[in-house]
Amino acid sequence: MKFLDEYRDGEAARKLLAEIERECAGATAPWVIMEVCGGQTHSIVKYGLDERLARHVELVHGPGCPVCVTPLEMIDRAHAIASRPDVTFCTFGDMARVPGSRGDLLAVRAAGGDVRIVYSPLDALAIAEKDPSRKVVFFAIGFETTAPANAMAVWTAKRRGLRNFSALVSHVLVPPAIAAIVGSPSNRAQAFLGPGHVCTVVGTREYVDLVERHRVPIVVTGFEPVDLLAGVLAAVRQLSAGRAEMENQYARVVRPDGAETARRLLGDVFEVCDRKWRGIGTIPMSGYRLREAFRGFDAERIYEVAAIETEESRECIAGQILLGAKKPHDCPAFGTRCTPTSPLGATMVSSEGACAAYFASGRRGRASLPLASAPRGA
Amino acid sequence: MCLSVPGRVTEVFDDDGLRMGKVAFGGVGKSVCLEHVPEAGVGDYVLVHVGFALARIDEDEARRIFEFLATIDPLEEELAP
Repeated sequence: MKFLDEYRDGEAARKLLAEIERECAGATAPWVIMEVCGGQTHSIVKYGLDERLARHVELVHGPGCPVCVTPLEMIDRAHAIASRPDVTFCTFGDMARVPGSRGDLLAVRAAGGDVRIVYSPLDALAIAEKDPSRKVVFFAIGFETTAPANAMAVWTAKRRGLRNFSALVSHVLVPPAIAAIVGSPSNRAQAFLGPGHVCTVVGTREYVDLVERHRVPIVVTGFEPVDLLAGVLAAVRQLSAGRAEMENQYARVVRPDGAETARRLLGDVFEVCDRKWRGIGTIPMSGYRLREAFRGFDAERIYEVAAIETEESRECIAGQILLGAKKPHDCPAFGTRCTPTSPLGATMVSSEGACAAYFASGRRGRASLPLASAPRGA
Repeated sequence: MCLSVPGRVTEVFDDDGLRMGKVAFGGVGKSVCLEHVPEAGVGDYVLVHVGFALARIDEDEARRIFEFLATIDPLEEELAP
C-alpha cells in the first residue's frame, strides 16, 4: 500500500455511497453533518462529495482553516514586523497571500521587505543560524497539527542559544471551536467529522469529552474521498441509531493518546490562552501562546506590535459560514465583490476556506440538483 | 493547512541532537524531523506535515476499510433501490 491512491478509488467510493443511501433510506430529512477541517472541505468540494450525498446528508463546512481564522490584526502585526529593514520574515506560503488591512506579505516583499516562504519552521531556523546579522521572525500559525513543528523550532532555538530567532505566534485549537459551534443557537450540525490530522497529534480524548458533554456524534475522519465517505457512513449510522459516540475512522494514524512526544513538547513550550478568530471573535481558551520561559522568542513582545488592532468588513458573512449557519451562496458579495484575489473575509482567503473552495470549483451559482444515486461506471 | 502526506522513511540520522530522516514521496526525497515518531525506522511509512513526521502509518488499520468493503455483497448492491 502507498496509503494514498487506494483512498481515491472510485469503486470503493461508490460502494460507500450506496451504503450511506441504504442507511438513510428511512430518514425523513437529510442529516446535517459538519466537517471540521478545511482540508476536508477542500476534498469534499473538489470531489463533489457534498453534491453526491445531498439527498441524504447535508455537509456544512466548519471553521477548520487556520489561515482563514487568523485575525486581521495579526496579519497587520506580521506586516509591521516584516516591513522592518533588519527583519527576515518567514511564513508558510498560504499565509503570505492573505490580505491584511494594508495588503498581504507579498506586497511587503514587493516594497523591498525580506519576506521568505518556507516549507517548515526548521527552514526558518536554518536561515537564522546561517546569518546571525538578520533577525529572523517566523509566523507560527496553525492548529494542533502544526503546533508541534513550531514548538520544536522555538525549543531548538533556545537549546542552541539562537538570539536572532523569534516567532509571531497565533495558534488556534479545535475543541473550543467545536464547543462554541455546538453551543451556538444557530447550530444546525447534528454530527461532526473530526479533524484527522489534529487528532494525529493530540489524540481523541478531548473529543470523547466533547461527545459526553454535548451528546453529539464525532467521527474522527481522514481527508481522502474514501476516508470522508467512511466517516459520513459512521456518522449516519450513529444518527439513525440515536447514538452519540466518538468514533475513529482514521485509525491508521490517529491513536487515542496521539503523538505523545509532540504533546509533551506542546505543554513545555505553549500555554493555552484566549484567542480571537477572524470572522467569529474571541473564543476563550482557544489558542496557544509561548510560555514565560520562551518569551525571549516572542516576536509580539520583541517588536511591540500587540497594540495593533483592526476592524473587519461589515458586509462579510464569514462568521456565519465558519459556524455552519450559512453557505457561500447565501452571501450577495460571493464571486462578485469578494473573490480569492480580493477577499472580503476569512473564508475566501485561503484555498481551504469554504468560499474559496466553492469559487475554485466553479460553483458560482446555487449548487446543481443532487444526483439521485451515483451513476455506475462513471 | 493541516495537509499531511504519506511517505517512506529511507534513512535515519542525527542533526545536532534532532532525530531526522530522509523520506521518499513518490520520486521526491526530503529531510524530515522524526522526533515525534520514535517508533518509526527505515522502511516504515510515516505521515508528514511541514517537515515533521506526525505518525507511523499502521498498515493493518489502513486495510480495514477495504476489508469491510469486500464484505458488501455486490449483488445486493445491484438490487438496492
